[in-house]
Amino acid sequence: MMLQKFYNSVRSKKQNRNNTITELNADGFSTTFQKNSFFEMLKLKTNRYKRDAKGFIFEGITLASALIIVAILIVMLVVIFNGGKSMFTWEFLTTFPKEGMTKGGIFPAIYGTALLVIIMSIAAVPFGTITAIYLTEYARENSFIARSIRFAVRTLAVIPSIIYGLFGLGFFIKYVGTGMDSVFLGGHLKWGQPNILWASLTMALLTLPVVIVSVEEALKTIPRELREASLALGATKWQTIRKVVFPGSISGILTGAILAVSRGAGEVAPILFTGAAYYLATLPGSLSDQFMVLGYHIYIMTTQSANVDQTLPIQFGTTMVLLLLTFSLNIVAIILRYRIRKRRIA
Amino acid sequence: MKTIKIQTENMYLHYGSKMALNNISISIPENKVTALIGPSGCGKSTFLRSLNRMNDLIDSVKIEGNVFIDGINIYDKNIDVVNLRKKVGMVFQKSNPFAKSIFENVAYGPRINGINNKNELTEIVETSLQNAAIWDEVKDRLYDSALGLSGGQQQRLCIARTLAVNPEIILMDEPASALDPISTSKIEELIHELKDKYTIVIVTHNMQQAARVSDYTAFFYIGELIEFDKTKKIYTNPDKKQTEDYITGRFG
Repeated sequence: MMLQKFYNSVRSKKQNRNNTITELNADGFSTTFQKNSFFEMLKLKTNRYKRDAKGFIFEGITLASALIIVAILIVMLVVIFNGGKSMFTWEFLTTFPKEGMTKGGIFPAIYGTALLVIIMSIAAVPFGTITAIYLTEYARENSFIARSIRFAVRTLAVIPSIIYGLFGLGFFIKYVGTGMDSVFLGGHLKWGQPNILWASLTMALLTLPVVIVSVEEALKTIPRELREASLALGATKWQTIRKVVFPGSISGILTGAILAVSRGAGEVAPILFTGAAYYLATLPGSLSDQFMVLGYHIYIMTTQSANVDQTLPIQFGTTMVLLLLTFSLNIVAIILRYRIRKRRIA
Repeated sequence: MKTIKIQTENMYLHYGSKMALNNISISIPENKVTALIGPSGCGKSTFLRSLNRMNDLIDSVKIEGNVFIDGINIYDKNIDVVNLRKKVGMVFQKSNPFAKSIFENVAYGPRINGINNKNELTEIVETSLQNAAIWDEVKDRLYDSALGLSGGQQQRLCIARTLAVNPEIILMDEPASALDPISTSKIEELIHELKDKYTIVIVTHNMQQAARVSDYTAFFYIGELIEFDKTKKIYTNPDKKQTEDYITGRFG
């Protein structure tokens, strides 16, 4: 009796399994598929949602939050470009502000920003690269000194930028600058006041931790095997760094450096006390001059304007220029990375 | 009559507090191929890397005892590691050419030794590539990237690169373990040709390979040197039961 039942159940399953539908297509080929299989699949699908309802909802939440980020970016870009595009003329880019900064261009601010970026790169990139080389190549991984340096770098990275500004004022201007004046110029005030050099150096300090970390990452991409190959051929550590590690990671170093610098280019707080000017009738001619800068100009246009309606387009235009500047730095970084990568493969 | 090239006396090596080599005393003859065999983690690669002080790069490594090459203790504090490594070349398990041209890969060693004369370099590169049995395959594309070569070619290029520095000893750390059988047999032929001029120490996991290429075989097990003798003796009539068990595949 039991056996019979078992036999039947097996038989019925077998029948079920053979219970297929054969269809003849128009071109004469037959398609065979299991009857019910499609409906079973559907059932499985609904089961999945029923069973995994929480997961399904969570998936939706993650997607929504990701989309919100994109939406914010799009809104930001559309608003800025809409407001700024009418201002984006050759004249706006190449002339000085006029009539109490309610008309005219923003050339001195562009010039000042470019100069700031260049000087701070000259200071931050080599210094940061050398520090990163020490950390990855020379320092013992878990030695006290390496851990102390890493701790210092991480701490520097989280210090608010306004504090860098205060540090620049206190250290560069009041200490180094005033000291230079009294030693070299007999107390004549030249370096002991805000200027583009101190502002750039303050900015360099701000970007330094980012440069160090990104260069470190670039150096770490060189596999240990390559260093060992070089050392096993009788190369010194310095030769290995110079001929294997550095050429192999130069694209990463430059990319990281440019990204770090472009991040710093838009900062305002560190240069408020150290060199940025409200308005200047002339371009900075030496390192001891003050300068105008895009980020600060936006702030002034927004909060200090005598006539908001008139300056609103200038404000949008300046914002757009600053955005384009940082974007183009990023694009340079991307192109650089791409070209060097291509050369390495070729 | 054989000359001893490398000799270790009561050598111990620790990774931190973990012992990796336990009292190794071995005499490796000149111009012969010596194979180091043993199961994974037995210390044979560690031993190999201590012969050109590659272990110096790992902070936690501590070595006691003596390692002599040509009668000189290479762990003496007056030894210049850079010169030692010029004399004791190394070929790694994974082929590791630089991201440079084939020519520049081979010329790397001579260049860091201060040879910059173009003719001289060309000659060294050609001879090294010929001695590494890869010249015919690459002579028309010396200035192409070395990364475009096949795995087996890359490994022979790495051997050529090692030869270009003119070493006396070549250490090979499983040089054929990542290669197909044809590339492997090319490397093995090459080892045969090289032993006239060089003392070769090779780590291998491949029992047949050790039997084919080596004159002497050392069997390592858990950081100890169990047996060291002529390869023929080890493979036909080993003194220790452990050696026999390992070679016949009863463990490992």
